[in-house]
Amino acid sequence: MNITVTVNGSARTSEVEPRMLLVHYIREVLGLRGAHVGCDTTSCGVCTVLLDGLPVKSCTMFAVQADGRSIMTVEGMATNGQLHPVQAAFHSEHGLQCGFCTPGMMLVAKAFLEENPAPSEEEIRWAISGNLCRCTGYQNIVKAVQAAARNMSEVSK
Amino acid sequence: MTTVETAPSAEHPGWMGKSVPRIEDARFIAGRGNYVEDVVLPNMLHMAILRSPYAHARIVSIDSSAAMALPGVVAVVTGALLAEHKLAWMPTLSGDTQAVLATDKVRFQGQEVACVVAEDRYVAHDALELIVVDYEPLPAVVTPQAALEDGAPLIRDDKDGQVDNRVYHWEAGDAAATEAAFAGADRVVSLTTFYPRSHPAPLECCGCVADVNPASGKATIWMTSQAPHAIRTVFALVAGLPEQNIQIISPDIGGGFGNKVPVYPGYVVATAASLLIGRPVKWIEDRTGNLISTGFARDFHMTGELALDGAGKMLGLRVKMLSDQGYAYADAQPSKFRAGLFHMVTGSYDLPAAHVVTDGAYTNKAPGGVAYRCSFRITEASYLIERLVDVAAVEIGMDPAELRRMNFVQPDQFPYRSATGFVYDSGDYAPALDLALEQVGYAEVRAEQQARRAAGATKQLGIGIASMTEALGAGPSRDYDILGIKMFDSAELRVHPTGKAILKLGVRHQGQGHETTFAQIVAHELGIPPQDIVVQEGDTDNTPYGLGTYASRSTPTAGAAAALVARTLREKARKIAAYLLEVAEEDLEWEADRFSVKGAPEKVKTIQEIAFAAYTNHPQGMDAGLEGVKYYDPPNLTFPFATYIVVAEVDVATGEWTPVKVVAVDDCGVRINPMIVEGQIMGGLTEGYAMAAMQQIAFDEDGNCIGSNFMDYLIPTAMETPHFDLFDTCTPSPHHPLGCKGVGESATVGSPAAFVNAVVDAVSHLGVRNIDMPVLSSRVWEAIHAAPG
Ligand code: FES
Ligand code: FES
Repeated sequence: MNITVTVNGSARTSEVEPRMLLVHYIREVLGLRGAHVGCDTTSCGVCTVLLDGLPVKSCTMFAVQADGRSIMTVEGMATNGQLHPVQAAFHSEHGLQCGFCTPGMMLVAKAFLEENPAPSEEEIRWAISGNLCRCTGYQNIVKAVQAAARNMSEVSK
Repeated sequence: MTTVETAPSAEHPGWMGKSVPRIEDARFIAGRGNYVEDVVLPNMLHMAILRSPYAHARIVSIDSSAAMALPGVVAVVTGALLAEHKLAWMPTLSGDTQAVLATDKVRFQGQEVACVVAEDRYVAHDALELIVVDYEPLPAVVTPQAALEDGAPLIRDDKDGQVDNRVYHWEAGDAAATEAAFAGADRVVSLTTFYPRSHPAPLECCGCVADVNPASGKATIWMTSQAPHAIRTVFALVAGLPEQNIQIISPDIGGGFGNKVPVYPGYVVATAASLLIGRPVKWIEDRTGNLISTGFARDFHMTGELALDGAGKMLGLRVKMLSDQGYAYADAQPSKFRAGLFHMVTGSYDLPAAHVVTDGAYTNKAPGGVAYRCSFRITEASYLIERLVDVAAVEIGMDPAELRRMNFVQPDQFPYRSATGFVYDSGDYAPALDLALEQVGYAEVRAEQQARRAAGATKQLGIGIASMTEALGAGPSRDYDILGIKMFDSAELRVHPTGKAILKLGVRHQGQGHETTFAQIVAHELGIPPQDIVVQEGDTDNTPYGLGTYASRSTPTAGAAAALVARTLREKARKIAAYLLEVAEEDLEWEADRFSVKGAPEKVKTIQEIAFAAYTNHPQGMDAGLEGVKYYDPPNLTFPFATYIVVAEVDVATGEWTPVKVVAVDDCGVRINPMIVEGQIMGGLTEGYAMAAMQQIAFDEDGNCIGSNFMDYLIPTAMETPHFDLFDTCTPSPHHPLGCKGVGESATVGSPAAFVNAVVDAVSHLGVRNIDMPVLSSRVWEAIHAAPG
């Protein structure tokens, strides 16, 4: 099937098998390798991308379901060589270790902060609870999201 | 003995003890990590594994004709095909054997039976469905106790001379001295407990891309491996490939935690398939494959008995342990010790006598026994002693903190020889305990606990303490080897003409921050800023030989090697500086990043200037360049320690519990990068909580694995994971060149007992003495209702 998806701002048209998973389309057809696969049961969230601005687990969608819609992956977060505040905060707060969960975590955090720019710790923990991290114990991820929230509100002032 | 330089010192301001942001982050936050799944080669094929649905069965026949006929399928590999090439079996890291693909029988649910190699990953998985295997089910043996009963089905009937399901029997300590200690004791307390089977479950599963060039014979294998050099040697021995033709590249690893130390059948079959077909073959495991077939951890049934005098002084410790090894003995551990370092069970306590008896049994389960964020079975040992001390405290009516304090090995006893033969390098346990007690507000929490007990509150409070000591950094090569390969490690340092450097190590990080921490070591020693240093690991053609990253050994071994090789280069730099400044070497003094002439401080040569001269203007008669390599064989293990305190609230009506405060005081010696150290501790505490609260790989009576995916094998999310308060004390290692001890696993080793102690303490006034992990709310409820009251 022929699909057209807006990926990180540019339209991409490809021929895909109807059963191809969205995550395989992103990784193997588009060559964007920041989305990973970590489970078979929609549990881990390392495959998370933003579909029309909202987080989805791309292992649990077919590529054809994204036809006509827009996707943001981690590769689209930085603009003009400038890290997104969420990316910068994951770095400054040591919010990553092996980095495998990181793209998904950061995309969830970005979408969440757009909806809730001044969240509590509890709200942040709830927001990222669909994404597992095996390395950090989450505390520095929470700190990173808080730091990003502060930086984003400074910028928008 | 090498000298200890604690940080930050006047001599080396700057790089030690500094939370330098991680250099490696740049690629990960941009989505530009390079994990094995990201390796794509031209003409590459994809492999998928067919696994056994039975825990124990005879293979009557395998019909792969329909699979072969599917368009896109290139090959179906079976055990029979591998047997023709003498590859059906391979050695494990404990010197046992393990099937690559089953030939005669399957011996656990999930065992590898056949592999499909196809043009496309979807086709490979389609073809698995078309392979018809005729099994004749056999009775499964699912506990080590049943395995050792007379008449139990013999699991390893393939092994000559194996007449029962016993794997090993091993003892440590002094039986007679321990008997005498028990005979003279006023009190003996005991605890029987089970440390359940767990799985490291890094978020990235295992996988490889094997590319054997049919013309040159060179095998390049990208592999999720924490120990690429050792794997290369094992491949050479197993497959008979000449070792110079094997290149193992361990790319970025999405978490390891011990899971990625062993050799797995998928790696071997993919390599064999690439060799036979002449094209690259990629195998990426799925989560079920990871959880049911790759290295599990723990699975120890333990009984501990503690002898005490009337005042609470510990006199002796007696331990019996039975381990469930699965169908192959595959612990990744030093070969001299059959139950890893489990005999470290005396922990932080001055126990005059101890005797440890261990037995291992085969069962119809996956092999493994990996050091899951643990220095070879120390996690189980630490859990047993820290639970046992709490049981003793309740039984003799003493405060558990006091009982610990009065029995600690004292500062003036170091180096301390334990009753089971370890020589602890340094320690000062009471200050760590005191700091943790102070930070948790011990007296107030105890008062609150009393008030709630008196009021008969539904929500009771419990305080759980664990004061652990572990032994890591294997190891002195006289005692520590894996399959005969000594457990040294290595560092090669090359300073380029422009003063930038590359540091190549035999270890392989999986998120521990080596690219920053090890650069800081060189920066500390030579003054080259960390951002000017590339740390390279994981490529066996381009790094010196080493045993890899696990058991918290990287900083104790490779970290020492990095410091020492840098010091060697500094001595060469001194010679060059003397030549450039036209003075004698003794007239120079080193500061931070430069040599200056004593008494003429304006006459200096920086390390960058010296490096340039090493290639452009070096003294006649001296070798050009500024490079070196160091193999470091540590004189002893290192012995970090910690006190973890958990305050838990338990709902006695439902059995639900929550950790409401978690305090960690870690002493890992000198900290190179405190931010990274704290990250390791928080990750470790989370896994400690996970094991205490939810993680378990369980089996039903037929050997079906219950826990084969993330819906059934629970790992904590941000919601359940508690907040951690971290503190530290610093007792340097006297024998490590930088005073470091290693830290990656301390919290996983020590904290499970603190969580369980807290829950048991909350309900101990109701008569509860023990609840085994995972401490599910149903188990708490049952324990309350079964207690004598
Ligand atoms: S891969 Fe685990 S949720 Fe998508
Ligand atoms: S950083 Fe490794 S899984 Fe999150």
